[in-house]
Amino acid sequence: MRRVVITGAGTINALGKSVSQTMEAMREGRCGIGALEFRDVERLSIRIGGQVKDYDAETHFNRQQISLYDRFTQFTLLAAKEAIEQSGLTFAGELAAKAGVVLGTAGGGVSTWDDNYRAVYEDGKNRVHPFVVPKLMNNAAASHVSMAYNLKGPSFTVSTACASSNHAMAQAFQMVRTGMSPVMITGGSESMLCFGGVKAWEGLRVMSRDACRPFSANRNGMVQGEGAGLFVFEDFEHARARGADILAEVAGFAMTSDASDIVMPSIQGAARAIKGALNDAGLNGEEVGYVNAHGTGTAANDRTECAAVADAFGAHADKLMISSTKSMHGHLIGATGAVELLACIMALRDGIVAPTIGYQEPDPDCALDVVPNEAREAKVDVALSNAFAFGGLNAVIALKKV
Amino acid sequence: MNVKDRIVEIIAEQAVLEVSDVAMDNTLDDLGIDSLGLVESIFAIEEAFDIQVPFNANDPTDSGFDISSVASIVAAVEDLVKAQS
Repeated sequence: MRRVVITGAGTINALGKSVSQTMEAMREGRCGIGALEFRDVERLSIRIGGQVKDYDAETHFNRQQISLYDRFTQFTLLAAKEAIEQSGLTFAGELAAKAGVVLGTAGGGVSTWDDNYRAVYEDGKNRVHPFVVPKLMNNAAASHVSMAYNLKGPSFTVSTACASSNHAMAQAFQMVRTGMSPVMITGGSESMLCFGGVKAWEGLRVMSRDACRPFSANRNGMVQGEGAGLFVFEDFEHARARGADILAEVAGFAMTSDASDIVMPSIQGAARAIKGALNDAGLNGEEVGYVNAHGTGTAANDRTECAAVADAFGAHADKLMISSTKSMHGHLIGATGAVELLACIMALRDGIVAPTIGYQEPDPDCALDVVPNEAREAKVDVALSNAFAFGGLNAVIALKKV
Repeated sequence: MNVKDRIVEIIAEQAVLEVSDVAMDNTLDDLGIDSLGLVESIFAIEEAFDIQVPFNANDPTDSGFDISSVASIVAAVEDLVKAQS
């Protein structure tokens, strides 16, 4: 088994268009959630989200590229550029043949579906653009990253709703750990902030109209976000040999299935994933200083997640810090685990734990140290990132300081 | 069909019961309707009466729509139909 480290990170989300901007916002406890801006928003009852604002595709891509890149692909390519540039890697020869890209997304090209359904159903058109299919397919983003960087190894897309990114990163981790590939690009991307994308979520009646307040007694639901988070996972020896800057070590992961309900989370399923990740990483619960929570701000998730953390860590649950950065960037659905991994890297590398903002009232069902409202300085050696998806599919990743 | 009969019909369908098995003082729990069933019932009620029901599954008691029994749902829908007509 090889050790696996992260040698590059990139992102674009409501908090910033780079890792440094995003971490700065997390340190300052800034909220990226605001009024949604897109066509027909006035027909929605939910009108807030963590939208990427002041974004103009044409400053990054030419017309021909835009005709092929859905917004989720654009976000992916921007985050991939930042991550791969930071790693300093170029892909040629043997490395190119073995390196691949595994990404998560729940919806893929949702706004491409939305725009083209509108064209044929509402506008009555009988013709759509020839690239609709290659633009909306869930693997479009992974494929474009492979083409842009000459990645010819194992490449595919994982779709497990809100756990997509964590499942994708777990796959990439496994490939590097077993020696299948020395380098894998991984993470996830999501962009479903368009009329149809939000309308579908609205139907479930779990969305907040005003704010995402994870763990707060007066929380009233989740808020959607959008964006991408990408990472370079690299064999430790490979990274060390070339003198790469190492952001953190990926120490282990676990995946479980609740096998119980399509939307309600389970304490046992979540706890088994947390314990499994620690076990896989060969760590004791007491070594964990920070948990980036799934923390959606729904009544059900936060209560269940706190019970699962209490179950998995025992007495240590009261000593560790657990925060939900969704309070700032919203729930990026299939990309959420990727952007949230940045909070884990910040805790390990910079010794700053991102807060749960919008926290107003303690909830006895969530009686853990949720780092309310203000970031905190702390020495953290091990951090976990939780993701618990609809469908009862859980994936937890453990990171270690190097 | 009046509001009460239509709602009983919707709830009975959701609970997979006969209309005659739904009593006004039943809670949704009594009838075996879980949180997903509740959200589906509310959707069916909105469609049937062309109204907007203010309901947030995160805090059902704070939604201004009383779901504590079949009777309370009927009363709440009657109010909404009146208000939104």
